[in-house]
Amino acid sequence: MNYNILLAGFGGQGVLFAGKLLAYCALMENKEISWLPSYGPEMRGGTCNCSVCISNEPIGSPLVTEPNVFVALNQPSFDKFIGKVKAGGKAFVDSTLVETKSDRTDIDCYYVPATQLETENDLPKGANIILLGKVLQETGMFNDETVRKALEKIVPATKAWLIENNLKAIGIGRAQ
Amino acid sequence: MKGNEALAEAAMRAGCKCFFGYPITPQTELAAYMAKRMQKNGGVFLQAESEIAAINMVLGAASTGVRAMTSSSSPGISLKSEGISYLAGSDLPCVIINVERGGPGLGGIQPSQADYWQATKGLGHGDFHLLVYAPASVQEMVDMVVKAFDKADEYRMPALILADGLLGQMMEPVAFPEIKAEMPDKSSWATNGHKNKREHHIINSLYLTPDELEKTVLDRYERYAVIKENETDAETYLTEDADIVVCAFGATARVVKSAVNDARDQGIKVGMFRPKTLWPYPNKEIKKACENASKVLSVEMNMGQMVDDIKLALNCEKPVEFFGRTGGVIPTPAEVLAKIKAMGGNN
Repeated sequence: MNYNILLAGFGGQGVLFAGKLLAYCALMENKEISWLPSYGPEMRGGTCNCSVCISNEPIGSPLVTEPNVFVALNQPSFDKFIGKVKAGGKAFVDSTLVETKSDRTDIDCYYVPATQLETENDLPKGANIILLGKVLQETGMFNDETVRKALEKIVPATKAWLIENNLKAIGIGRAQ
Repeated sequence: MKGNEALAEAAMRAGCKCFFGYPITPQTELAAYMAKRMQKNGGVFLQAESEIAAINMVLGAASTGVRAMTSSSSPGISLKSEGISYLAGSDLPCVIINVERGGPGLGGIQPSQADYWQATKGLGHGDFHLLVYAPASVQEMVDMVVKAFDKADEYRMPALILADGLLGQMMEPVAFPEIKAEMPDKSSWATNGHKNKREHHIINSLYLTPDELEKTVLDRYERYAVIKENETDAETYLTEDADIVVCAFGATARVVKSAVNDARDQGIKVGMFRPKTLWPYPNKEIKKACENASKVLSVEMNMGQMVDDIKLALNCEKPVEFFGRTGGVIPTPAEVLAKIKAMGGNN
């Protein structure tokens, strides 16, 4: 297992949360991990990204510059990073918000209308997790049992109902 | 856990009872964590009106013998430098954390290592040193904060953790030590109130007679000699058969390690040397690590600062080259690998 994951989108879309969920999944399986956010004058509506490294070996550089898993939640992020995806890597794109398609043939691109699915299934702010469901499905990174354990760690007890919502979103993503 | 939060939690477990700070990116989570937890731990958290006030509050608290600390980022550390010099001149233990950002001036808020010279050569006026630790992971941030408090007390001097925005902001799994139960005995010098039951203690850094002042400095340098002998620490990675040894500290060492692994995959004989203490600099350790190398490279997030200490340690007997990015730009493993190849790194 050696994943260099880059997640990118607008602030407020849950980019950092999606990355944190992957990191905690890895923690549940005793993998080596690092999670590094872009920080700075980011705000809701601004661009935002985070690097997650998951490996069986200790992590070297925690900054992902050539991801083998790339998740794009908006057009600027897609435009900025799609060229950086490592050959043989996988890109996951919210096709509701990203209008263009990549012409690269050396990577696998998956287009999921995550934001549209979020509205159809009444899962507000769930597009990030729907897309993550597709990531888990195509990479085989973690099973739902691990995801549940991770969610139980990061979702506060007062918002326990979010666990089921997130698992539902994962399921919708997996089915795409 | 985030690096900044881990620093705060570790400090409290090490028995830190007083935190004085002033907010600045990228270390703010540290103070925020302290604000939430310090009072529950029976300590004092205080957001001062300025960095200068904060460091002087550290001086006051440290005088009474309690474990005190402050944290900031580059421009804030510059403001604290006057107080740090006073702390050193008063032989007071404390821990200072610098989560570096780009400079000079207000600079930027992205990771940097451009305060190496400041930390190791001159964090304030006068003849003095700080113990300087350079963590490269969140776990090491925890371990080094605990060590910094212990060593600061042992040698009665300020200790500095030189981290950067990348380490402060990143999350990694960490394990924490048990909470410290016993504190070192400081009753021989602490000014903690005694109701006239003993001679009063004086904490002072003013000596108007040159001979007297010289003696205090010489005494301090005797301690520094012991520290130089006993307190150096470093990590070596694949240096035994390395033709090129790449030196890096802190977060940059993570990037270098990736580059070294990539180079090894291509059959290039390269290793890494990483000082964990920046003062005292691990001279013996680097000499040994570079024994079989024909060339040395220093990679830093600045324009070339530690490279001077490497040349001094190696007595300029081997060519020492430099590669760095600055202003908040983080070098990539690919850039470091390209530099290794340009240096003629071969099998």
